[in-house]
Amino acid sequence: MSQAESAITDAVAGALATHETGSGANRRRRWRRRYGLAALGAIVVVVWALLALLAPWITPYPPNAVNVAGRLTAPSAAHWLGTDELGRDVLTRIVFGARTSLTVGFTVVLIGGAIGTLVGGVAAYARGWAEEALMRATDLMFCFPPIILAMAIAAALGIGTRNTVIAMLVVWWPKFARLARSLVLGQRSLEYVAAARTIGFRPTHILFREILPNAVGPLIVLVTLDLGNAILVFAGLSFLGLGVVPPTPEWGSMVSEGRELVSQWWVATFPGLAILTVVIGFNFVGDGLRDWLDPHARRR
Amino acid sequence: MQDAAEPLLQVSDLRTWFFTDAGVVRAVDGVSFTLARGETLGIVGESGSGKSVAAKSIMNLLEEPARIVAGSIRFAGREITTLPEEELRDIRGAEIAMVFQDPMTSLNPVLRISRQLIETMTAHKRFTPEEARTRAASLLGRMGVASPEQMLDSWPHQFSGGMRQRVMLAMGFSNTPSLILADEPTTALDVTIQAQILDLLRALNADLGTAVILISHDLGVIANVCSRVLVMYAGEVVEEGRPEDLLVDPRHPYTWALLHAAPRLDGEIGNDRRLATIEGQPPDAHAWPDGCRFRARCPFAIERCAQHPELLPVGDGRSARCWVTQDGSPLHPPQRAAVSGETIHAGAVTAPLLEVRGLVKHFPLPRENFLEKQRVLRALDGVDLEVFPGETVGLVGESGCGKSTLARVVMRLTEPTAGRIMFDGQDISHASQADIRPLRRRMQMVFQDPYASLNPRMTVGQILSGPLRLHGLADSAAAARERVAELLNLVGLPQASAARFPHEFSGGQRQRISIARALAVEPVFVVGDEPISALDVNIQAQIINLLIGLQERLRLTYLFIAHDLAVVRHISDRIVVLYLGRVVETAPAAELFVRPLHPYTASLISAVPHPEAARSPRRIMLTGEVPSALNPPSGCHFRTRCPVAAARCATEVPVLAEASAGHRVACHFPGTLQAG
Repeated sequence: MSQAESAITDAVAGALATHETGSGANRRRRWRRRYGLAALGAIVVVVWALLALLAPWITPYPPNAVNVAGRLTAPSAAHWLGTDELGRDVLTRIVFGARTSLTVGFTVVLIGGAIGTLVGGVAAYARGWAEEALMRATDLMFCFPPIILAMAIAAALGIGTRNTVIAMLVVWWPKFARLARSLVLGQRSLEYVAAARTIGFRPTHILFREILPNAVGPLIVLVTLDLGNAILVFAGLSFLGLGVVPPTPEWGSMVSEGRELVSQWWVATFPGLAILTVVIGFNFVGDGLRDWLDPHARRR
Repeated sequence: MQDAAEPLLQVSDLRTWFFTDAGVVRAVDGVSFTLARGETLGIVGESGSGKSVAAKSIMNLLEEPARIVAGSIRFAGREITTLPEEELRDIRGAEIAMVFQDPMTSLNPVLRISRQLIETMTAHKRFTPEEARTRAASLLGRMGVASPEQMLDSWPHQFSGGMRQRVMLAMGFSNTPSLILADEPTTALDVTIQAQILDLLRALNADLGTAVILISHDLGVIANVCSRVLVMYAGEVVEEGRPEDLLVDPRHPYTWALLHAAPRLDGEIGNDRRLATIEGQPPDAHAWPDGCRFRARCPFAIERCAQHPELLPVGDGRSARCWVTQDGSPLHPPQRAAVSGETIHAGAVTAPLLEVRGLVKHFPLPRENFLEKQRVLRALDGVDLEVFPGETVGLVGESGCGKSTLARVVMRLTEPTAGRIMFDGQDISHASQADIRPLRRRMQMVFQDPYASLNPRMTVGQILSGPLRLHGLADSAAAARERVAELLNLVGLPQASAARFPHEFSGGQRQRISIARALAVEPVFVVGDEPISALDVNIQAQIINLLIGLQERLRLTYLFIAHDLAVVRHISDRIVVLYLGRVVETAPAAELFVRPLHPYTASLISAVPHPEAARSPRRIMLTGEVPSALNPPSGCHFRTRCPVAAARCATEVPVLAEASAGHRVACHFPGTLQAG
């Protein structure tokens, strides 16, 4: 009897011991596997944001200082990433370009997200004809290839950062409207919404104060994942000559300027790498956020 | 192979723990029992007591982070805990089958019934596909599925919950297992369907000799099927014995508490309706307390309870884990609180607070194609109802009878299709939301699901102060805080709760918050839409007591919806029985259960599983299920299931007529069917 008991106690103590000693290292390993990439992405994004913020103080040259004598010099100690056709420092222009890219990216995604959330949220909460009208309008937007439509609008409005942002906003909100509608529909049937109605709260209060805070998680994930996308599309439009007005430093137009300079590879490569790192960075952060907010993925 | 005396299943000192990030959860912590061939064993306990984990351990269906850390499970001569996965697969489904609680998710929705049944049988290579198909049809027939041949080719979504549970049972019995584990198989079903399934389970055990382990939170259900019961608390078995012994003379205070916390159909209702409850919550499974795990909540605790008691025999074939009853003495029945003030409002002739006349609510369904005729779901089909100030009206009926729709229409969360709703003399049938807003202060609602009815992003303080600010009941933040503190006190929650979020509370505590929110605006009329259905027995009793206490203090009027007849009988002054959108009978609570006049009421009452299985009265077994409200039967809606229906019932809609004072019934042949 006592022998059996002590055997059990031993087994239990053993199981406990492995759990406890292993737990610290295990937990750290699991965290790294789950959020390692997201942390990396966050570091990349923060570094770019800091560079953009401090651009005038950390860059060695003014972004638009032309030096025709020193044009197309290869990367060197004076010009770490070389100079372009007009002798402007590529590194300086990339750092200043981050300001444009990040500002445009955030503006498009945040304003587009807000419009979409409003449209989708109101449609889902109101139901009936309002929902039909709003969602058919959204569907209509999905009928056009977004980049082509944005190009057409940007071309019609004229070249300039502001006009391009407006053109992008026109094509940007529908996906947020769809997502917001499905999220609000899901929350709408829960009893806390009925409870708010029995208390007598007005529809605007219920939608904005009660429902939307519960639907915000997936929207934030989409915003984050979409930031890289918006930056990429803006760079694409600039590459095609629709984005910024020269000589404003911008990654897409810089790649465009260097696209025929095959032997002067640095002119196009480094702005391209800048786009790549920012887009991947935002994607990693978005993926990590999604996993973190999704309880099913989280448990694994 | 093995000698006949060996039990089919022998579990000794089983310990199944969950190794979570937050620490070790000792879900099952030293469970031992044996099960003979063909025996029926019930396991009862509240949520978190470890009963489901124990069942999963027997099948070795555990997933990380759960692990069996100690103990042994011997099944038919083999040790389950150390058996390799391949051999376990041979046992699962073939020798031990399991039936789960949720019949809506345990069938694969993209496979036909036939395929799921046939695969279960062919997987163990005992049947060829042809044999399996024949057998599947005969099994479905045995489970009470009408025209099984055609049903085989249906999809799961075409089946109701009760039918799916029959399919699950057919699947479970398909390989003639020697043990079937049923984990809350009837919890998601209506009481009449539950009675059908329990009868089926009992008959299968008797005919096929399959041993049954039935897990349930309901002692009545277990006593109906099982010859032996284990009561689990905090990961341990605290009492074991025959149901008839346990139910009459419990020897563990926890069993005693379970027994007295549940209202009973045959229980006495005195002037005071409070139920006996035990205080507090079950202990934290991360760190079970030293000594007896029930000690902190036990009304009988003595000094010796600081030592951990063993499960020791306390009589013929029964044992209990309790020091108090070791000497063989029974536990005394609970003392009823003294009568407090007048309660019954002896039919005072006042105007009704709520009066509903000919209420109709139809939901048009979306057309599947343009030419299709508009289909209409008739949720409410002409309901008359009145609620007088200060009384409690209970609303019962199976799911799909329109109970919740009635609550929502009365609260004007949705607009009635036709009919009239008068609240305190004011017609609110088609009032706009703006017109009705001032009335929201006087009528409130408590919802069913404590996990969905509180906004997870708001603190309890915000949830409770929102209504106060909206209705101008608190003009400053300080006044609101004060009132929130009062409300928390009223429903028995600590003051510190205001700063916490709903997910930090248990189901019962959340329901208290829900009640506090409803009471924040000082209503006179409260609708409860199954407010206690999602709670454990003891928590249920606590909430019932709270509602009764609040009614006395604040002079509230309740419209109380529930499917548990014993609860409704306990709490209500008057009961309204609903069937397919119509009131079939209404009577004072006591009268209705003694003298039900409508055959539907009589069958509902007799379908409730009685704790005293052997002494249970002759049952009226309702066949079939509630017909669809899309296409209700002509004449009397109940005629398709009615044992006494005649030709007249198909052509003539019975009117709700007074049978005696306050007792009205809508039936052509009232009183022909008696529950007893």
